[in-house]
Order: sequence, then C-alpha cells, then structure tokens
Amino acid sequence: MKNRSFIWTVLSYSLLIAMLIDLYLVLLVAPTERTMGDVQRIFYFHVPSAWVAFLAFFTVFFGSVAYIATRNVRYDRQAIASAEIGVAFCTIVLVTGPIWARPVWGIWWTWDPRLTSTLVLWLIYASYLLLRGFIEDPGRRAILSAVVGIVGFVDVPIVYMSIRWWRTQHPSPVFAGGAESGLDPDMKIVFFFSLAVFMLLYAVLQGLSIQIKRVESDVVELSRRAAEKE
Amino acid sequence: MNYLFAAFCFIWIVLFGYLRFLQKRLKALQQEISLLKEAIRKSLPDEGGR
Repeated sequence: MKNRSFIWTVLSYSLLIAMLIDLYLVLLVAPTERTMGDVQRIFYFHVPSAWVAFLAFFTVFFGSVAYIATRNVRYDRQAIASAEIGVAFCTIVLVTGPIWARPVWGIWWTWDPRLTSTLVLWLIYASYLLLRGFIEDPGRRAILSAVVGIVGFVDVPIVYMSIRWWRTQHPSPVFAGGAESGLDPDMKIVFFFSLAVFMLLYAVLQGLSIQIKRVESDVVELSRRAAEKE
Repeated sequence: MNYLFAAFCFIWIVLFGYLRFLQKRLKALQQEISLLKEAIRKSLPDEGGR
C-alpha cells in the first residue's frame, strides 16, 4: 500500500513537472507558424486533447464489451472513469477549436462534418454520463450504459475520417494525410512531447478515478449491509 | 495573443475543475466512511450484549 502511494506521488509530481516543461516548449520553443502566428500554438493542446478523448472513448468501448462478456464490475468502473475523462477532453477540443477558428477563419463555428461529428460525439458521451445518473439499479445501469458505450463508439472513426471523406472547413490531416501533409521537425518534437504529457495526464486521472469508484462501491455495499443489520 | 490566452485558461479551468470534482467525491466518501465507522462502533456493544 505504501509502495503504491509512493508511486502515485512520484507520478503526480512528474506530471506536474512535465506539464510545466510542455508549457515552456509550446510558448517559447515551438516556431511561430508563418500564416496564423501565435494562435497556432493552440494546436499543441487541441490535437493531443482530441487524441486523448479518442483513447478514452476506446477504453469505454473496450470496458463495455468486456463488462457484457464477463459481468465483472471492474470493467464497468474502467468505462465510466474513461467516459468522464473523455467528455472533459472533448469539451477542451470543442472550446479551443472555435477559439482558434475565430482569428483564422473569421467565424467561431461552422456545421462542417468534422465539427458536427465531434459535437455529436460529445453529446453521445454526455448522455452516457446522464443515463448513469438516472438508473438506480447497479446491474441495469452497467448493462444499459455498456450498450451506449459500444454503440456510441461508432462516431469515433467518423470523426477521425471526416476530414478525409469530405471537403471540410477544418484543415486536412497533418499526420498520415498524404504527400502535402506534414509538420516542421521542431513543431513535431513539441507536438509529440505534448501528446506524451496528455497521455500521462490521462493515465493519472484514469487511475485516480478508478480508485475512487472502487472505494465508492465498497462504501455502498457496506452501507447496504449495515442497513440490513439494523 | 488574446485568443491563445483564452484557450490556455480554458484548458486549465477544465483540468482543475475535474480534479476538484474528484476531490469533492473523495471528501464525500471519507465522510460516509466515518459515518459507517460510527454506526459500527455503536452497534458493537449491542452485539456483545446478546
């Protein structure tokens, strides 16, 4: 137990230091983009947030499938923890995107396929969280939300592929986007560092949230037993 | 620069907001655990008396 708490302390401090280094790299080291200027630096948080949201929603999908297959509550806890984090990061994407768009496109929002499918993704997982709040019975809650977690994941590849399938206002892909895509090597280093920091942040938040949920279900079980005894 | 500042502020607000949400839940759990402890402590003499 002591060992675990030591690991958590080391991980949390490493994360804090990594976040400060990331901030320094993004603001002072990354080269300024020629046409957009400083506002392009939002990219180093906007894109990693989107990748973390995708990873989180994949974890929801995996946890939901595993829960339906095994009925082990561990997977349900994994799914709900990831859904919360995914919604938080998707919110960051949906807000930083328009903040970046306003000075570059001249508009805050447009109903193009990438933006619309991302908003739909946010709505799906926000409903997932709401649904869990409405159902009292833990078994029914876990099953129904697992179904939403599986069906909802269909939107993730649509969001990812939207800029490849349709002509959009959103820029075309920077990575794996064909001959004309790519990033300056210095920008690439900062981007991948930023991505690693966001992944670490996701891992820490996921671990914390799962621990809280485990204790929560233990407390509910103990309260139920105490009430039965009375 | 204003837009960049707004975006950064928002990111930090969301991250700290989520951490605050976890912290509040942890606090509520700690309260519930102490209530349970109290209930167990009270029920022990009764059980010993039986």
